[in-house]
Amino acid sequence: MSELVLPFEKRLIELEKSLSHVENEADRDRLNKELAAERERVFSELSAWDRVQLARHSLRPRMLDYTARLFLDFFELHGDRSFGDDPAVVCGLAQFKGRTVFVVGQQKGVKTEEKVKRNFGMAHPEGYRKAMRAVRMAERLGYPIITFVDTPAAHPGLEAEERGQGPVIAETLRTFMSLKVPVLSLVLSEGGSGGALAIAAADRVAMAENAIYLICPPERCAEILWRDAERKAEAANALRVTATDLLEFGVIDNILGEGALGAHRDPQPVIDAARAEIERFLEDAETGIFTPEHRRAKFRRMGQWAEAAPVAAQAPATAEPAPTEPVDNAGG
Amino acid sequence: MAFFSRKTFSNPGTRQKSIPDGLWMKCVSCGTTVYRSEVEERLHVCPTCGHHYRVGAHDRIGLHFDRGSFEETHGGITAADPLEFAAGEHTYASRVDRARQETGLNEALVTGFARIEGNRVALGVMDSRFVMASMGGAVGEKFCRLCADAIQANTPLLLFAASGGARMQEGILALMQMAKTADAVSELNEAGIPYIVVLTDPTSGGVFASFATLGDVLLAEPKAYIGFAGARLIQGALHVKLPQGFQTSEYQYQNGQLDRIVPRSEMRATLAQLVRLLHPEGAVPQEPAEETEAGGDAALDAQAEPDSAATKPQS
Repeated sequence: MSELVLPFEKRLIELEKSLSHVENEADRDRLNKELAAERERVFSELSAWDRVQLARHSLRPRMLDYTARLFLDFFELHGDRSFGDDPAVVCGLAQFKGRTVFVVGQQKGVKTEEKVKRNFGMAHPEGYRKAMRAVRMAERLGYPIITFVDTPAAHPGLEAEERGQGPVIAETLRTFMSLKVPVLSLVLSEGGSGGALAIAAADRVAMAENAIYLICPPERCAEILWRDAERKAEAANALRVTATDLLEFGVIDNILGEGALGAHRDPQPVIDAARAEIERFLEDAETGIFTPEHRRAKFRRMGQWAEAAPVAAQAPATAEPAPTEPVDNAGG
Repeated sequence: MAFFSRKTFSNPGTRQKSIPDGLWMKCVSCGTTVYRSEVEERLHVCPTCGHHYRVGAHDRIGLHFDRGSFEETHGGITAADPLEFAAGEHTYASRVDRARQETGLNEALVTGFARIEGNRVALGVMDSRFVMASMGGAVGEKFCRLCADAIQANTPLLLFAASGGARMQEGILALMQMAKTADAVSELNEAGIPYIVVLTDPTSGGVFASFATLGDVLLAEPKAYIGFAGARLIQGALHVKLPQGFQTSEYQYQNGQLDRIVPRSEMRATLAQLVRLLHPEGAVPQEPAEETEAGGDAALDAQAEPDSAATKPQS
């Protein structure tokens, strides 16, 4: 159990425990006050690294916890019609308040057995192909799409490379960007780089309060910068990975509140926030504001650059002018 | 996922940034001592083993495109520092400054128009010397503008890709360039503009997983490192021994991810051929000397040779 209690939560949990034992009314009042203050303090002072730990907490609600509570009549779609069925990616049809929606997401798994089966939510190429199949179907039939992003990364592996992990992510991005139906993405816990973005190129993106969405794990960033993965907290801070950071950058549109305890200890508030978000999204979608042009313009605005004086074109480093005829070269 | 600037690749095979200084040099791949000038004359390819050295963007343009035909566009676009990325002794601003000084470039992607055997094309060339040609906001924006320029000018778009991936120091905003550039390719597709990509050493991570692999035709230089996740990462995660030649052009070709492996000596002719075939309305007629290439068994055999040679196992 101990690894399920994060370092900064220790005092909080202790207080809760002692509170459950006290009989005396005055003590209870005192402890309650202290507990409220401690919660306030803990959640107002979270560092980027604290958020990373929260986002990776194994008790956070997973995609299927959301879908079970948010939708009725869920019908899962299996297989990419080409290679296989990737359990890390779940696609399906469902009903939300009387309306049909398409659902696509990564399921990390809860118990060890499920985590292994679902490869910790790390998709293989067939997972992305399944997602593409589902969203194209949604487009063909005219239904909105809701994606649930919860993955540390696209699977880094031999078979994944052989089956075109890079190109398939590229293709998924191109597909999502040109969909003619509205797309909402909810980043649940960990939005790990390209593997996450592939299903998050959406008209609207909302992110759970303690989720992270990032270009690379802080451990790897630290390794690259200083060859020292232990400086991960510093790296997490520099990378700006939290929901408030991303809202500031305009990469996400809303934050889903997690209540006083965080989704790992109480999943209800974040699931309620997700419900409200979906409702608002479907209402807005009906006004017709979400078009491929809208999505294109939104992503086109992302990123910054500066203008400097153009550097004069360099002469080729070779003293000889480039040969006009290809040099005969046996090659490899 | 590994797609950040990195100086070395642990992939099997020898990687060297560019040709070392001096009159003589020892080839990093075969170890033979060769004249530096001879390597340069052979388009930066070792005369003994055919190792393709990395070349800078302007050198590359000089190797394959008609002399003096390159007109640079958007040359002033350079990296911003949206995260004000500073961690310990490392600051992004100083990293970019160093790259600018070392390369004389403002960014890792050079864009413009050029002619190849007389045919006008929009051209993008990435330079791995510039923060490992990683993609930040500037590279993303330049690629989008390049696509728009190609559409406006109604010319095919040629890209020489090289990259360590999305640029870590621009964080999530660099990641978003993957969606932005993938969508720019959609715009090319909608406008019917042919998009030809040459993957060069190294192309990986978020660039391999976005605009670099969305070409209508995908070519690669021989034995280039091409892959999504870094070999070291895969090895570390899975504790497996990776096969010889993993994530090389030849490996990707065998897995059906590439149309053809093209040695540098044949690059110009191959690109010109594709431009003529895919954009006949703007094409300059072929020179008579090259007519044999259009048909006949001899021509087909000759054409088949580089492919079959390239697909031989590395060992």
